[in-house]
Amino acid sequence: MINSRDILETITMIQDENLDIRTITMGISLLDCADSDLTRSCQKVYDKIGRCAKDLVKTGEEIEKQYGIPIINKRISVTPIAMLAGASGGDPVAYARTLDKISKEVGVNFIGGYSALVHKGFSAGDEALIRSIPQALCETDQVCSSVNIGTTKAGINMDAVRMMGKVIKQCAELTADRQCIGAAKLVVFCNAPEDNPFMAGAFHGPGEPDCVINVGVSGPGVVRAAVAKHPDVPLNEVADIIKKTAFKITRMGQLVGSEASRRLGVPFGIVDLSLAPTPAIGDSVAHILEEMGLESCGGPGTTAALALLNDAVKKGGVMASSTVGGLSGAFIPVSEDAGMIDAARCGSLSLEKLEAMTAVCSVGLDMIMIPGDTTPETISGIIADEAAIGMVNYKTTAVRLIPAIGKTVGEDLNFGGLLGYGPVMKVSTFSPAKFIARGGHIPAPLQSLKN
Amino acid sequence: MKAVVTVIGKDMVGILAKVADQCSKTNVNIIEVTQSVLQDLFAMIMLVDISGMNCPFTQLADQMAYIGKEMGLQIHVMHEDIFNSMHRI
Repeated sequence: MINSRDILETITMIQDENLDIRTITMGISLLDCADSDLTRSCQKVYDKIGRCAKDLVKTGEEIEKQYGIPIINKRISVTPIAMLAGASGGDPVAYARTLDKISKEVGVNFIGGYSALVHKGFSAGDEALIRSIPQALCETDQVCSSVNIGTTKAGINMDAVRMMGKVIKQCAELTADRQCIGAAKLVVFCNAPEDNPFMAGAFHGPGEPDCVINVGVSGPGVVRAAVAKHPDVPLNEVADIIKKTAFKITRMGQLVGSEASRRLGVPFGIVDLSLAPTPAIGDSVAHILEEMGLESCGGPGTTAALALLNDAVKKGGVMASSTVGGLSGAFIPVSEDAGMIDAARCGSLSLEKLEAMTAVCSVGLDMIMIPGDTTPETISGIIADEAAIGMVNYKTTAVRLIPAIGKTVGEDLNFGGLLGYGPVMKVSTFSPAKFIARGGHIPAPLQSLKN
Repeated sequence: MKAVVTVIGKDMVGILAKVADQCSKTNVNIIEVTQSVLQDLFAMIMLVDISGMNCPFTQLADQMAYIGKEMGLQIHVMHEDIFNSMHRI
């Protein structure tokens, strides 16, 4: 028989430590929906998503019951819409409306892929799509958007960086009456992964199969609890404990993913073994760092602790799954993590420290509220800095900033649900306007020449 | 195919009987039971064979959860695969 201690451990993880499957995301290729007529193209998109994803939510719920493990989100990612917009022409917002409608009908809570990949330059459809993002995110509820503006191989497209500063600001302005939620659904990437199941940055890359199931696991609470049981051991042992815990969490993701793939008759893609926090108490990545011995997240030692955590999660997870992908590491969103929110409030966590942390975590500056009067150039400057970290270190970095229109440092935004809440953080007011106005391209670094 | 039924909560008369009754109604065979009572806390782990089950798994899970709710206990039914995959390489 299975050891009763193991059984109780699993149940404690789920009941008390918020262990869950964060998302089952179905990636659907829309390349075969491209049409020179916009209306026909939208209809094909609607039909294909409806056909592929009709059983996604039901299957997710059945698996949830069978294994007794909560699956929080069922989502869809699609081919970057700029590719379809390039073929059809016309106003890309029509695609956003279609995606929103069909995602509500199949019952998922987010659909990602209102995206453009412009790291080396703009092709047909890219510019029109980027300009339409504020309108698309304002009109829709569930559509998420992302733009890849740089890669290690291609360098950074600074014209796109300049545009994105304005787009983020407009997203917030258009949804100012709804806590500026538009900007929370938009991510700017460097080195975007093509198989990421997590929103808002999920899209189905052009190199992916026609339809695929990707799974994102969670479990900061489980890792924190495991570390808490060993308060005085040296850090190498802490790393070992995290590795073992990450292994267990990821095995569960692998099980759920392969079961979902079998039931839906869709190939299994990857497990994204990320530690994804939620604002719920006991589900915080910041609290893991504090459990390791920091007084408050953001203080000296934070980057080192995060580097240890991020690496140990990968080492544990990678053996547990047949295919690991996506972002895989520790997320450090501010508004979605109770410990980060507290740290930002008490002043131990600054934007600059977060930037340093992004060099060793899995993604980037995530869900950070900035003053409403921050200029588009400053936002572009922050994007450029973050993209440079990603480009040089061969890793994914991302920026999801929410300009809190009409608010200033210390005031709060509250999105509700998984997106959370948090204080507006201070941003340097020294202007990068001249640098950003130059536009052009930052060439790829030497480390891109690996051939 | 096997599943694990766990019951945790305040000890009272008839817990095992109710759970076993439900198993019999749904043609679920009980293979092994371990239970302990620590002070007032009742904890039972039951391994059951669900190959001959006459209802969908979700229905069994729902009914057990309902019994749990009625008696003020937490009853979970989970497929054994989750424990095997988590704790065995």
